[in-house]
Order: sequence, then structure tokens, then C-alpha cells
Amino acid sequence: MSISISKLRAVCAAIALLFAVAHPAAAQLSFKPTAEAVQEDQLLKALKEGDKISGRISIPDPMASSLIQPAGREWRDFQRSKLPVIGAVAIIGMFALLAVFLMIRGRIRVDHGFAGIKILRFASFERFTHWLTASCFIILALSGLNISFGRVLILPLFGPEAFSTLTAWGKIAHNYLAFPFMLGLVMMFLIWIKDNIPSKLDLEWIKQGGGILANGKHPPARRFNAGQKGIFWIVIIGGALMSLSGWYLLFPYIPANVTELQFWTVIHAVIAMLFVGVMLAHIYIGSVGMEGAFDAMGTGEVDLNWAKEHHSLWVEEEQAKGRAPDTGSSRPMPAE
Amino acid sequence: MARVKFLCDADRCIECNACVTACKNEHEVPWGINRRRVVTINDGKPGERSVSMACMHCTDAPCAAVCPVSCFYTTADAVVLHSKDLCIGCGYCFYACPFGAPQYPKVGNFGSRGKMDKCTYCAGGPEADSTPAEYAKYGANRLAEGKLPICAEMCSTKSLLAGDGAIIAEIYKERVMKRGYGSGMWGWKTAYSDSPTG
Repeated sequence: MSISISKLRAVCAAIALLFAVAHPAAAQLSFKPTAEAVQEDQLLKALKEGDKISGRISIPDPMASSLIQPAGREWRDFQRSKLPVIGAVAIIGMFALLAVFLMIRGRIRVDHGFAGIKILRFASFERFTHWLTASCFIILALSGLNISFGRVLILPLFGPEAFSTLTAWGKIAHNYLAFPFMLGLVMMFLIWIKDNIPSKLDLEWIKQGGGILANGKHPPARRFNAGQKGIFWIVIIGGALMSLSGWYLLFPYIPANVTELQFWTVIHAVIAMLFVGVMLAHIYIGSVGMEGAFDAMGTGEVDLNWAKEHHSLWVEEEQAKGRAPDTGSSRPMPAE
Repeated sequence: MARVKFLCDADRCIECNACVTACKNEHEVPWGINRRRVVTINDGKPGERSVSMACMHCTDAPCAAVCPVSCFYTTADAVVLHSKDLCIGCGYCFYACPFGAPQYPKVGNFGSRGKMDKCTYCAGGPEADSTPAEYAKYGANRLAEGKLPICAEMCSTKSLLAGDGAIIAEIYKERVMKRGYGSGMWGWKTAYSDSPTG
């Protein structure tokens, strides 16, 4: 009996040894089930910037497989402390800059006075495209700024219920007007790209500071000067970035990845702030900042003297094509 | 008042998903929304661990910090709750949440989110306690009845603990001391910056 027990022990030991040699992990597991257990601390330390701890999940929602994503706290810090600074610098900074410019330079006048003769600058379709995009942009910008800063600036005025209702409508407007805005971008790109290719003339225009700094100095320009070309490309590139990032935010279940969505919200917000800042300058120079400029997008017809001062080569081209009145000829002013 | 928390002892979790099911049933959570879920790390490998995760009711909650309409509030027990009347379903809290707690019913066009839904620590919402209106929006208010969250209460292995943060941390530390191992207080460092009282 004692012999058989010792034999049995020997066999058991041999089997155990065999297991240990053949499968060390299994041997370890059978004695110390926690030896290789995942440790939260180690996983957190091993995390790369913006990464997350994730695993397998039985819920059919890939986003639910993320267990801990500490990057959410950095995104919070961006929203709470960085974005307001970027927004303040871009928007309040631009207002300040324009105010200073208006004080120093004043309104840019038509040096030779109005000729009383009009020349068609933007056809109705071009104006429609401009105002389609512009009106969408204004509502998108206001509703977007409300999402970012309304809580601090507007909520205290309206109270939580009214502010929440306003913001909910703003969100719906933001979601839906994104589409006509994108359509407007595509249309603007198609109808104005041919006049916005950078050329040598633009260097000269930039060298002379666009002639906006001093009275009576006007560098030559074709249909669009370097400044306007700049606005065009800022709108096209900025708009494309806003559209791309916005597309991800409109359809959050496509990337189905919270890290990616965080990235796109940051892009969307930062570009938006800069975009609004630049557009303020565009609105300024097209209205208050320059006499006669608004007519281009208002009635579509600008004064001939204005056109000659700011787009001398374009006027010559138009005159050569017979689409513009010659300098000498005069036309009766339409009653306004 | 206590500072309530959740603690999942992953070395005890057997991934039975009963907490998930109990939560859905207790609050009649709609289809497609899971206030609690069980994630398995290193699935199928030696040392895999399952962690039951829901809203951790963070200190200085990121969701509350980024909400554009400020619909979040913290109760005296440090439970993070929100008002579905104010929520606009923008998704910001989901981006900021380190634990993927906020959930949205899919409504309307595109990826339009409905009003956010998340774990309430079985503490209802801003409506009067235990009213039908509160139940319809936020589910049962067990805390008002003097009960702890259902997920932790019915956990068969007592892996998921709920209650005063200091007490459940003490229970966990005792367990770790006694058995000699512990994979960590999952999420605590991220939610409370490792502060036992925070």
C-alpha cells in the first residue's frame, strides 16, 4: 500500500513536471492565478498620448469597448482653458485691430470721387453664391460660438431653460445649414478659381501693402487683388477643413472612435475661431472699411472710379471686351 | 454626507454581465443604451481581467466641465447627475468622459443624438424623488429609498462595490492584503486623481 502511494506520488510529480516543462504558463496558472494578471497601473503607464485602455465587449457597439481614456481630461482642459484663449485672441483681437485701423486710416475713400458710372462686377449668380455661403456662415458661426462660449456669456442672461432651447435650435441649424454652406463653398470654388490663381502681380500688390495704408496709391490688380485672393483661399481651405471635420462630427458613428472624434472637434473649433476672425476683417473691408466696396456684392455694380482704383487691369479687360462703359462716355445715373 | 463611489474588484469579476442586465431592468433603459458594461482586458490570455464600468461620478467631472448648456449637477453624495430637459444631445460629454459613460439614443437625421443617458448611481434626476416623471427619464431612485445601486447590490461575487468611497476602498485593501494580489482600483486614478476622499 505504502509502495503504491509513493509510486502514485512519483507519477503525479512526473506529470506535474511534464506540464511545467511543456507549458510553463499553465504550470504557473495552476499555482498562482494572479501572477500575470493585468494591472491597471501598468496599463495606464504604458498608455501613449491620447490612447485608451480597451478590451473585448459583448455589446454590439465598438465604442463601448473602451474602458478608460484619460485623454478625455485633456480634451476637457482644451475646451475649458485653451479654446477660450484662442477664441478671444482671434475674435476680440481682430475687433481691436480693426478698431485701431479705422481710427488711424479711417474709411478708405474713392480718391477721385464717384464717377456716377456703374460697371457690373458680380453677376446675380455670383452674388447668390456669395450670400448663400455668407448667410450660412453667419448662422454657423453664431451657433458654434454659442456652443463654445454661450454657457459663460449667454446662459446667465437667459437662464438655463431658455438658453437650452436656444442652443438646441442652434444645434439643429448648425447641423442642417452645414449642407448649403458646403454647397456654397463648392460653387464659389468653381466660379472664382480662374480669377484667384496667384500671379506675379500679387507680389507687387503685397509689396505696396495693397495701397490701403496710404491715400492715393493703388497697385494694379486684375479681377481679384492679392488680398481678395487670400480671402478666397482661406475660405476654400478653411471651409474644406471645417467641412471634413464637421462631417465626422455630423456622423459620429462612422469613425466610432472617441479619440478620433476628439481630434476632429479640436480641429473644427480652432479653425472656426481663426475663420471667424478673418471673416470679420472681410466683412469690415467690404462694408464700413471701404467706400463703394459693398456695391460689388449689393447691387453687383460698382462705381467706375472705384473699380479703376482697385482693379485697374480688370476694368481695362472689361472695356476691351466691350462689357464696360469707356472712360469718356457717361450714362445717366439711375434714380435710387 | 458620504462621498459615494463604485469600485470593481476585477480579481473577483467573472464577467457574468448580471450588473448590466440588472441595471437595464431596474431602470427600463431603452434598447441600444447600456449604462453599465463589462470590458474584458487581455481576453483569452493568461491574466485576463474583466472590469464592470459605468459612470464613475468623477471629482471635477469632465462631462460637467464641457457641457455647453451646463446641464450637470453634483448631489450632496457626490453623485454626478444631469437634466434631460436641458440636455441638447451634442455629444461633448461623451468626448470628455474617460469612461465612455454617456450614451445617446439615435434619433433624427445623421448621427443626431437624443438626450444623453447615463448611470445615475440609482439616484434619479432633478425631478422630485421617486415620481413617475423622474422614473420615465432617469429610472429608479434607489438612493432616495435608502438602497445602494442595484448593480453592486446584486453582484454575486461581490466584485462590484458601491457606497462610501473611504469604506469600499478599505474593504478592497483588506481583500488585497488577505489574498496577496489585486489588479487595481480600476478608474479611480482617472476619476478621483487617486484621492481617497476626493
